[in-house]
Amino acid sequence: MKVVASAKKLAVPAILLVGCALSCSVSNSNLVDRYVELVVMYVGINFILTLSLNLVNGYMGEFSVGHAVFMAIGAYTSAIITVKVFSLSLGPWIFPLAVLTGGMASALAGLLVAIPSFKIRGDYLAIVTLAFNMIVKSIIENVDFLGGPRGYLGIAKLTSLVWVFFFSFMALWVIRNFVYSNYGRGVVSIREDETAAIIMGVDTKKVKIMTFMLSSFFAGVAGALYAHLLQFISPKSFDILKSTEILIMVYLGGIGSIAGSVLGASVYTVLLELLRPLGIWRMVIMPLVLVFLMIFRPKGITGLREFKWFIPSAEKKIKLFKHKV
Amino acid sequence: MKNKLNRILMLAMAVSLVLISTAGCSKKDSSVKAEADVIKIGVIAELTGEIPAVGASCKNAAEMAVKTLNDSGGLEVGGKKMKIKIQIEDNAGRAEQAASSAQKLITQEKVVAIIGPNSSGGAIPTSEITETAKIPMITPWSTNPKTTIDTRLGKPKRYAFRACYLDSFQGQVLALFAKNTLHAKKAAILFDSSSEVLKGQAEVFKNTFEKNGGSVSAYETYTQGDRNFSAQLTNIKNSTPDVIFLPSYYSDVPLEVQQAHRLGITTPFLGSDAWASSELLKLCGKDCDGYYFSSHYSASSKSPDTIKFVKDYEALYKNTPDDVAALTFDAFGIVFEAIKAAGSAESEAIRNAISKIKGYHGVTGNISFTGETGDPVKGVVILEIKNGAFNWYTDVNP
Amino acid sequence: MRLGLSYLIQQFLNILQLGSLYALIAIGYTMVYGVLSLINFAHGDVFMLGAFIFFLAALWLKLPFIPALIVTVCVTVCVGVLIERLAYRPLRNAPKMSAVITALGVGVFLENFTLALSPYPQHIPEIVKNRAWVMGQVTVSSIQTIIIAISVTLMVILDFLVRKTRFGMALRAISWDISAVPLMGIPVNRIISQTFALGAALGGAAGVMYSLAYPVIDPYMGIMIGWKAFISAVVGGIGNVRGAMTGGFILGTVEIAVTMFLPSTYRDIVAFTLLFVLLIFRPHGIFGTARSVKL
Repeated sequence: MKVVASAKKLAVPAILLVGCALSCSVSNSNLVDRYVELVVMYVGINFILTLSLNLVNGYMGEFSVGHAVFMAIGAYTSAIITVKVFSLSLGPWIFPLAVLTGGMASALAGLLVAIPSFKIRGDYLAIVTLAFNMIVKSIIENVDFLGGPRGYLGIAKLTSLVWVFFFSFMALWVIRNFVYSNYGRGVVSIREDETAAIIMGVDTKKVKIMTFMLSSFFAGVAGALYAHLLQFISPKSFDILKSTEILIMVYLGGIGSIAGSVLGASVYTVLLELLRPLGIWRMVIMPLVLVFLMIFRPKGITGLREFKWFIPSAEKKIKLFKHKV
Repeated sequence: MKNKLNRILMLAMAVSLVLISTAGCSKKDSSVKAEADVIKIGVIAELTGEIPAVGASCKNAAEMAVKTLNDSGGLEVGGKKMKIKIQIEDNAGRAEQAASSAQKLITQEKVVAIIGPNSSGGAIPTSEITETAKIPMITPWSTNPKTTIDTRLGKPKRYAFRACYLDSFQGQVLALFAKNTLHAKKAAILFDSSSEVLKGQAEVFKNTFEKNGGSVSAYETYTQGDRNFSAQLTNIKNSTPDVIFLPSYYSDVPLEVQQAHRLGITTPFLGSDAWASSELLKLCGKDCDGYYFSSHYSASSKSPDTIKFVKDYEALYKNTPDDVAALTFDAFGIVFEAIKAAGSAESEAIRNAISKIKGYHGVTGNISFTGETGDPVKGVVILEIKNGAFNWYTDVNP
Repeated sequence: MRLGLSYLIQQFLNILQLGSLYALIAIGYTMVYGVLSLINFAHGDVFMLGAFIFFLAALWLKLPFIPALIVTVCVTVCVGVLIERLAYRPLRNAPKMSAVITALGVGVFLENFTLALSPYPQHIPEIVKNRAWVMGQVTVSSIQTIIIAISVTLMVILDFLVRKTRFGMALRAISWDISAVPLMGIPVNRIISQTFALGAALGGAAGVMYSLAYPVIDPYMGIMIGWKAFISAVVGGIGNVRGAMTGGFILGTVEIAVTMFLPSTYRDIVAFTLLFVLLIFRPHGIFGTARSVKL
């Protein structure tokens, strides 16, 4: 028994180490096609986006439709850091620092949405997030320092499979631990019944601020990875269509589920690439797949259910927090 | 129940992993058996997304260019006739899809050169990928200076070329045309501020016009997708300009011009290359008569190459070719010329031959590369819209 | 003379035209929301279909304006009812958000399906002869007059339908409590179908008038207009028909007024910031009322 427990303690660093080593060797050798590698990196970035939006839309039950805005803030902040503030010659640690700073800038912006959410709920909050997306996109278009509609240039290619894996794993680990913490129960209680949650003594304001900030932090991280992967960002990359894409991945995979986010991001991204031979009809088939999936599995592939490995062992023993089917 | 769910999940994950890997491997097998006398060229076009018309023209012209060549027996490379095969990918007008389709074309389809994407948003990320993979890329239509320049090093990219001229040159030509030929003293500008190309044209026009003694009386903007310009046009009407510079895509132009006429504006409009689509004539009707705009080429040109191109295109697609079609056709022409000159279908040899091309007789005029940058030296055509047709008015060479 | 009287009148007419189009589409959103609490994201694309069907009716069937309008409205009604039948009804008891995502999917499908058939934007031929009357410095066009007149008529008829008829009563009852309504013997499914039909009819009519005013149509035209109409519906208080009408005019006014006084580049920033502020002070829109939560 003791051996199992200590093995479990070692599980997180072990997976991290093995994963990093594996992704490092893959990107340095020619074992895997560059195209496959790129698609896998897209899956990773989309997974971070999906999971972070799932925190707000799935676990907390709000309806945020402007998630791309946090991505934009993270992308632009990190790009400014690597291009203007620090010279890359200072060392390889600049990049993770830039990504985390991008995430933090975006978390601060998340506060701007969290505060109205105390009063505004449901579809009205959806409009607030939508308006926020439009405002920020419009501001970027009007600020010449950020390149305006021409986009921000001169970003180096710093995102590699290793970093994508590292940050995806970090997102998974942090959000999983958050969801199964006391705050996490607060988050779920807001989804089930906000009034009851308040009566039970949940500090809903604090929970909302934390959730929104955590969610936008990871969206910012994903944006930073995106910017340093494509080496070019423009306001158009972060419009409502991008936000809609993230929404679709969340609901395709399943709300309130980490496994759902993994599946949603990978199925959507891979399908989009696999259907390429269809040419123009690809974009006709994709939404049909989505509609059929929603009709036959309305909660998404794994809505409100969880993959065994993602549930903490302590959680499995107590029946208090039963997983709905 | 739980076990069953977990099994399903495991299965789903395994399936998606297998899908990814088969996507990687199955295509590789087919390319291994690639026929020895076929040269593969990749095309990345905006078939879906915000500018589908651009993608459609690009695809049409690409298919025609290759068909014409293959029907004539193919390309002679080192004493052997080779056929050309193209692989067309859709980038949905998005940067990340442009990047992944470029990567797919290079690693899985093993193309020797890439034509496209047309929008700068897609062309810039693609050029970063082709630069790393050392595959030449020609964008037919992206006029953003940064497509061919590496901003980090401040020097031209080695493998990125374009078939069109730069916006700065076009903006200057138009400002001088307004000032000297149209004798305008006051100009108003209305443009799409969310488009990097159009904003650039408006800025260059404004600077050059003011530097040459003119004044800009109204500087109005809108964003992509807007259909109602009445407020901006009312402001322009009140500023009484002599000419209205309108760098707008051809799908917006008719709306703007018609709404202006409804508001009683009679000032002439001046357009940029974004107007150059035969669709404009259909969409605009008589409203655009008498206006001038700059273009990459003129379908009414007297050059025999252009006449043949227009005739063939119209026979195939029942549509007058627009500038994207002409530029795509020229981009293919440049690649074919380079392969012939190099006597090899190796990417590096093609790249070197492209940079040495001098005075290539294209559909859009004579194209030369200086060998230093990927930007060609070529002229601007000014067209006049008259009786529902584009008429050649004048050529301006650099 | 930037702010002369004639300038203001001219801009006021512009506001009326834009606002009435937003209002017509917003009504479709708000009615569906009222009965199903579903944001029907496909509605903007039904509007787009309206414009394309009108184009086909006018170009292929060579119909004059009024018959073309009627044909268009009939087809969009069928499409609206069909969407509800095939895509939304199976999800009636599913989580609300899956229906919303289905709606998004249906919208994307309609856009790209139209695109696959017609990649180039299309031009609507001039069906109504446009005449411009100049009064002083104000120019009034016949198209502007037709749009405002038809929109206002449709809105008055709809308001009457919702407030005075049995259908309207049933509609309002469903939006109050969908579970109690069948107990009173009201055929819920039929009322919901009728609501979709009515919403799609208004959307289709808006598409026709939009293509009169702005005669270039493309498959993506419904996206931005759809979002803006949705915003109008929310500003007015979603679920409330009169609110949606007011919201449409408010959005039109803000968009045009911002362009009047400020550089037009800042239009979106100012318009959406105003929206942001409005929702902070009136979290349920202008006409919406907060319902007390049952404990």
